This record gives sequence, C-alpha cells and structure tokens, in this order.
Amino acid sequence: MSFHPNDVARRGRTASFIAAGIIAFLLAAFFRTQVLDRARYALQSEENRLREVPLPAPRGIIYDRTGRVIAENVPGYSVSILSPSADSLREAMRRLAGTIQLTPGEIELAVRRYKRAPNRPTVILSDAKFDVVSVLEEHRVEFPGLIIQAAPKRFYPDSTMVASIVGYTGEITEDELKKPQYEGYKAGQQIGKGGLERYYESDLRGREGVRFVEVDARGRVVREAGARQDIEPLAADPLQTNIDLKLQEYTAQLFGDSLQGGVVALDPKTGGVLALYSAPSFNPNRFVGGIPADYWRELTTDPRHPLYNKAIQGTYPPGSTWKLATAAVALENGIVKMDDHMPQPCTGGYQYFNRYFRCWEPRGHGNVNLQQAIEKSCDVYFYQLGLKMTLENLIAGGVRLSFRERTGIDLPSESKPIFPDAIRYYDERYGPKRWSRAVTLNLAIGQGENNQTVISMARFYTALATDGTAAQPMIAKGTAKRQRLFSLTPDQMRGLREALAGVVEAGGTAASARIQGVVLAGKTGTAQNAQDPLHHHAWFVGFAPANDPKIVVAVMLEFGGHGTRAARIASSIISQYLNVVPTQMLETEGD
Amino acid sequence: MRRLIGDPPLFAIALALSLYGLSIVYSAGQTDVPTVATHAWRAQTIWIILAIGVSFAIGKASVRMLDWVTIPLFTLTLLGLAATLLGFGCGAGTAASTKSWICLGSHRIGQPSELAKVTVVLMLARVLSAKKDPPKTLAELWPAALVVGIPWLMIMLQPDLGTGLAFIGIFFGMLFWAGVSWPLLLLIASPVVSLIGAVNVWIWGAWFIILIVLVYRYRPYLGEGIVLVVANFVMGVLAPILWDRLQPYQQKRLLTYLDPTADARGSGYHVIQSIVAIGSGGWFGKGYTLGTQKRLAFLPAQHTDFIFSVVGEELGFVGVTLALSLFLLLLLRTIRIATRANDSFSSLIAIGLAASWFVHMLINVGMTLSLMPITGIPLPFFSYGGSFMLASWLSVGILMRIASEGRGGRTDFAV
Repeated sequence: MSFHPNDVARRGRTASFIAAGIIAFLLAAFFRTQVLDRARYALQSEENRLREVPLPAPRGIIYDRTGRVIAENVPGYSVSILSPSADSLREAMRRLAGTIQLTPGEIELAVRRYKRAPNRPTVILSDAKFDVVSVLEEHRVEFPGLIIQAAPKRFYPDSTMVASIVGYTGEITEDELKKPQYEGYKAGQQIGKGGLERYYESDLRGREGVRFVEVDARGRVVREAGARQDIEPLAADPLQTNIDLKLQEYTAQLFGDSLQGGVVALDPKTGGVLALYSAPSFNPNRFVGGIPADYWRELTTDPRHPLYNKAIQGTYPPGSTWKLATAAVALENGIVKMDDHMPQPCTGGYQYFNRYFRCWEPRGHGNVNLQQAIEKSCDVYFYQLGLKMTLENLIAGGVRLSFRERTGIDLPSESKPIFPDAIRYYDERYGPKRWSRAVTLNLAIGQGENNQTVISMARFYTALATDGTAAQPMIAKGTAKRQRLFSLTPDQMRGLREALAGVVEAGGTAASARIQGVVLAGKTGTAQNAQDPLHHHAWFVGFAPANDPKIVVAVMLEFGGHGTRAARIASSIISQYLNVVPTQMLETEGD
Repeated sequence: MRRLIGDPPLFAIALALSLYGLSIVYSAGQTDVPTVATHAWRAQTIWIILAIGVSFAIGKASVRMLDWVTIPLFTLTLLGLAATLLGFGCGAGTAASTKSWICLGSHRIGQPSELAKVTVVLMLARVLSAKKDPPKTLAELWPAALVVGIPWLMIMLQPDLGTGLAFIGIFFGMLFWAGVSWPLLLLIASPVVSLIGAVNVWIWGAWFIILIVLVYRYRPYLGEGIVLVVANFVMGVLAPILWDRLQPYQQKRLLTYLDPTADARGSGYHVIQSIVAIGSGGWFGKGYTLGTQKRLAFLPAQHTDFIFSVVGEELGFVGVTLALSLFLLLLLRTIRIATRANDSFSSLIAIGLAASWFVHMLINVGMTLSLMPITGIPLPFFSYGGSFMLASWLSVGILMRIASEGRGGRTDFAV
C-alpha cells in the first residue's frame, strides 16, 4: 500500500470526518426523537404502563320535598378484567366461566368492549353478588388481571311506587356511546335510562375518578397503587324535588294491582309535581346492574305496558274534562255568559242535519245555563256552544290554550298531544270537502281529533285554579315558568270554579267524590276510545280547595269506565294531601 | 505510565466506555419482574476485569509477533467457524436457532465469530500490506476478498447477519485505508447498490449506466467485467422478481433465516418499543434504573442488543450525547494511532479495528431508532457478553501496542 505520511494523514482526516459526520447524524436523529418528539413518546410510554381503573362516582341522591330519599346509592361490587389482548381476555373469561356464569355471547360482548377501550378494565359483572365476589377473591391469584371493586349501586327504597318519576339506571349501550349527548362517556359506565335519572343525567352523574395501575408488557399488574396520583371520584350534588313521597306512596297504593292509568298531582301555584304515577308500574331496582332477561320479557309482553308512562306518554281523548276549555274560550271571546242558555234545551240529544248527536243522559237535562251544563256535563249544551263559536274559533282557542304543546315537564319522552292546528288539518286528514262541520260538535265535548296527556290536562286545570296562567310542571325544585292561557274576569273565573265545585255536589256528576269540609272543584270525563269501544277511559281533573286551590289532580283510568271512578281516586288523593276525609255517599252516574 | 499503558488516552476512553456500559448493564437488570439480565452485571464485571487483563497481556506482544501469529490465528478462526457449522454450534438467547457458539455438550465455550473480527483484521492487514502499491484492479483484490469472504460466508451460514455486516465494514474500511480508489470501491459495492436501487426501475437504470461507465473507465479484465455486470443485473433485476414470486410466508422464513432476532413479535413491535423508550427519555431521561419501558419489560433484549435504548430512556439526550461522544473519541484516537503507526501492517490493523467498532456502533445504535435493520449485533463495551468484551479489549491491547511502537510512542524513546 501507499504509506507515504502525507497520504496517510489525508486518509486519516477523511476517516475522522466520516466518523464525526455519521455520529453527528446519529445525534441529530436522537435529538429529534428525544427532544422534539418527546411529548408523543412520553404519552405512549405512559399508555404502555398505566391502566386506568375507573372509580365510579356516587350518583346524586334524589330527595322529595320533605327530605325523604327517592333514590340513593348502596354498596355494590363490580368485577372487571385488565387484559393485554383480546385473546387473553377471552381466555381469562373462559376460565372464569367455571366460577361465574358467562355465556359465549357475554364473552364476545366483553371482547367488543375491550377493543373499544383496551387500556381500561373490561367490566364482566357490573353488579356482582357478594357470594360471587367472595369466591372470586379466593381464586384471585389465578386471574392476575382481575379487578374487584366496590361500586356504588343505585337503589330506590320505594321501588315500583316511584318508577314513573325516577326511571332507572343501567349500563350505557354501544348505540348510546355513539350519540353526541354521551360524548366523554366510556363503556361500562352507568347512566340514567329513564325518568329523572335520564333527564338530569348530567347533574346526577358526578365525576368519575381514576386509579392508575401499573402493568408490564404482558399486561400483568405490577403495582396496584402509587403508579400515579389517583383522581378521586366526585359525588354529584343531590337533586331536590317537589315530590311529596307520602302522597306518591298513597297514590300508588290506591291503584293497587288492578287499575291501570296515570295520575298527576300538581301544586297549581308553583307547578311543582307533588305526585306522578303510572299504573301498572315496574321495579326500577331490578334494572340496576343489568335487567334479568325474564323480568324484561315479563314487562315487554304485559298487555298493560308497564314501561309506558301513562301520565306523560299516553295520549287519550280528554272527553268532558275538556268542556272547560270550550267554556273558557267561549267566555273569553264573549260568545257566552255563565247564565246564558242555548236555543234548544237538552232532550237527550241534538239533531245536526242528518245526524243525531246523543247526550250522555238519555232523559235530557232540560233548559240549562253554562254553569248547570258544566255541573251536569250536558253534551247538548256544548254541541250548540261549539256551533255558536264556530270550528275556527274552537280550534284557535285550543291552540292558544297550548293543547298542541308538550307541558315541558322535566321528564324525558313526554308525548306531544294531538289537536288540530287549523281547519286545514281536517282537509289534510280526510281530504277537502270529505268531512262535515259535524266535527265541531265532537270537538266541543272533548272527542274527535283531540288526544291529551294526563299532565297536559292537569296543567290546563292549574290555569283554572289560579288566574288563567299555567305553570310548567316541574319535578325538580326551582322556579317554573308561568304562561297565560286565557284572560277571564274575576267573575267569570268564580263562575267556572263554582260550576266545577257543583260537579262534586249533590246532583253533579261526581257527587260521590265529595270531601268533608273542603270544596272540591273538578270535572269528570268518560272518553270513548277506538281501541275498546265498550270500555271508556275514565277521567277526572280537579282541584281543591275551590276557593284557594292547593292541589290540582288529574286522574285517567284506561278502560276505567265512568269518570266517577276517577273522581273518587282524585278525591282520595286530595283528601290525603289536605289531610281531610272524603265522603263517598251518593252514587250518581254521570259523564 | 507509558511503560505500563501504551496509549493512556485510548485506555481511558475504553475504560470510560466499559464502566458506562457496566452501569447500564446493571440498570438493565433492574426490572419489576426478574429477567435473565438481573445478575448480568456481576458476570459483566468479571468479564471486563478479565478483558483488561487480556489487553495488557497482548500489549506485551510486539507488532512483529502479531505478524507471526496472524496465519495460525486466522487458521484457528476458520477451524472454529467450521466447527460451529459441523455440529458443534449452538445458539443463545433471542438467537437460539443459530449456531454462532461453539458448544461442548451443554456448555457454551465462546463465539469464534467474535475472535474472527480481530483475526480477519490481522490477516487482511497482512495481505494488503504485502504489496507496495494499492490494488488498482479488481484482479488484485482477489486475495483480500478471499480473506474476508471465506469467514464471512461461514458466518452467514450460522447465520449471523450482524457480524456479516461488520465484516463488510472492515473490508471496505481497510481497502480505503490501503489506498484503493473510490470508484473501485464503488465497483466492488455495486451489486449491493443494485439491490438497493432495485426498488425503483429508473434509479436502477441510472445506476446501471453509471456502472457501465465505471467498468469502461477502469477496464477490468473481461471476465471480471462480465462478472460485475452480471452480478448487478442479478441483484437489480432477477432478485426482486424472484423475491416477488415467493409466498409471503416464504419471504418471512427467508428473512427469519437471515436474521432470527428480527421482529420476533411481528410488525416491528420491538423497535417501536425501543423508539418509545428513547423518545420518552427527553433531555435528561427518566432517571438511572427508573426507565419504565425497561422496568416493565416493554424493551426487548435490554441488556444486549437494545442496551442503548436504556441509555436513551434513563439518561436522556444528555446520556446519549455522552456515550456517542466517547465513541467518537475512541474512533478519532484509533484513527490517530493508525496515521502514526510505524508501518503499513500496524496502520491497517488499527484502521480495521476502528472500522469494526464503527460498524457495530452505527448498526446497533441506528437500530434502536429504526435507522438500521434489526440484527443481533452488540454495542462495543456496552452490550452484555464475554466474547465481545474480550475481543474489544483485545483490540485495545493491540492498538496500545501499535501506538507505543508508532510515532510519539514509547519506542521512540526506547530506541
């Protein structure tokens, strides 16, 4: 080789230069990775080693107006598994199946959950029984990723009696997780599924805490605590409600097992919901931690639809209870006065062109004025009043009284009532010229194209019980919005109330619902329905005391027959609330 | 001092690297679940002491004596390598399926390929220094190519891709030092360039034209010229076609054969964890022994092949800079020894050893950031392992002797 010192020195410089250059290049690569991209890799490294074990927050306690508990939390246990891969989770669950019951379907469901959040423990049992927990604790060493945790569990002391109000809680479903309203929720969490639990979900949920567990590359738990500061769960504030739990319990007992229907009791001044019940009810405690399949089948196949809230979801023809709406609109428009008579006295029916419209009283009510017509619920009088008002005014009046609107009660899934918005409603429904003005007669007595919820009727009567303004029904405490429905003179208001009081006096349709010492004002209704022409829906909506109303009650009994039965239930509820004794002496049949 | 230590700076650098490495081997054993690395530091300590002893011993031997023992040592190396292939070979650790160790029964004696890294350098230096002028044609390179090629082939049959790569580095480094011109080096490397260029037909086409020009200009013998062109054609055109005709599992099997340590868990899991470990270290690292990627076993082979990831994770960019600076000092000092060597033989030895360290360092460190293919190649002075530690310090001993015999060395004063 050429070994001249000059050549060697030159090659030495070249070699040194290459070595320095490549090491500088390596350093630059490390600089980029360690300094510029550090945040990304630091995060990945933390995700590698830490698993987040959620610490569920206790849901907010729900109280009634007197401080009694409607919904609370009791100690429960959840069982979950931390797993490094879907396969190892499947394997662990297969082994667990020897100890606890797990179907292949449940295993696959858990694997799907795992894939959505592999860094969180996968919930296997969200409400484990104590004996299961103790068996698992014994075998703990065999299942390294097993996490058994105390988890607050929802409990409703009054069970079925409050189900219509509180709803229930359950694990969030895959479909719900995709919805924007559940952004930030994670699989395995409990959420409100109905009633107040769902409506006030964001207030009741609290803030979930996190315990950080350190795992190694194979997913084995290396350190159970101290890997990083835990985030403590934050309990939600309690929810104070207007519910009178005593009244609610009493109402539920009145319905017993045999009756089906809905009840709403409101404070007319505040709109506060004192009681709300739908019969038959269901046991919300059985929904917590996963509803058993047989109970679910029982509820969904029951022809009486226990899961359907008849107080806010069901819409029914309001029948004669709606005559007060006709009367109020007519009075407001100056079409009639309390002591006005109609051209034709009631002879048990009314001939309108080629059709004969019957009064519920085949013997007829004779020549009555508005007050008597309300007391006796005379259909013939209201047929003529409706015709006098014209269909247009009747519809416009109903719309103005908000019979097309939801009441806005703080419960999910309130149904919108059905009521025409204008004449064109009939054109669209039956075709132009394919219907006759005879619909006016039906509409005037609360039949026809008019289906109202129980809460909607209750709200209308709060306006009758006060000054023509209705309060938005509210279960949670707070100031409710009031809305003016109609403007009547004090004399007119007094007249309507006297007429309503007359309903519950001797000779009225609900005389049997009288209460000793308290003047009860209200209106019965017996609504025909398409489902079962032989069994009408029975209505009563009323308030007491008539001169200073403290409670408005609307009762609707599905297929309950005459409104009188509903009136007796309403009367009992009101007596209970006002702490007086109902007198059920006279049995008067009436509409 | 000089009497005892041939080149104090080199010794200091090598010692610093060894102690730095030992501390990382210790840390690599500090895991939450005990691994094979837990007590590796004890054995490594003994190896280092032993290796330094060996370096002093070898420092006693003059370069002239090295010249004498070169051929016997080279023969011994070839015999050792042959033994691994003839039934005495066995694997270890992540490379359990290979045969780089000589085993008697269940006892692993040592890795002849580590010895080969030194003896091949000696032999090549001897061959290259024998001629007065540097090889100017391909024909003149045949002896050198055989010296490296025969052990290289045997190592590739073990197989040990990493060591094979190191040999290629040594070969080119020493040819360069011997004065072989750049274009000729390029010609030798041309089949590999063709293989790399084969990813794109235009790149390969351009390269092929350059190759033809080079061949024309250097006018090799006809046979060599044909061999070159054919080799390039095979690597650039036929190899990709053949490769594509293989089933994916066959491709994988072939790659796994070439390098059993690569991608044991699939989809680059190991190297990703290595990058995460290094990246999460930041400027100053997570603290000595506190690297979570290492502690929780996310990092593979943390005491051997991926030891540098531990440096990155626990000591951060600062620790990496310190380690790489020490390596640069080691290389610069060795190159300096090469430039000041008394004769071409010693000079070539020095540069061959430098090239060996350099390639090991480059591939190993580059691999932790996925800049280099994942092959089981150790990091000098850092990776746990006795044979390589001995070989590295053997090199230090030889270099110290060369330094002491060279300009500014001890012999200047002695003679």
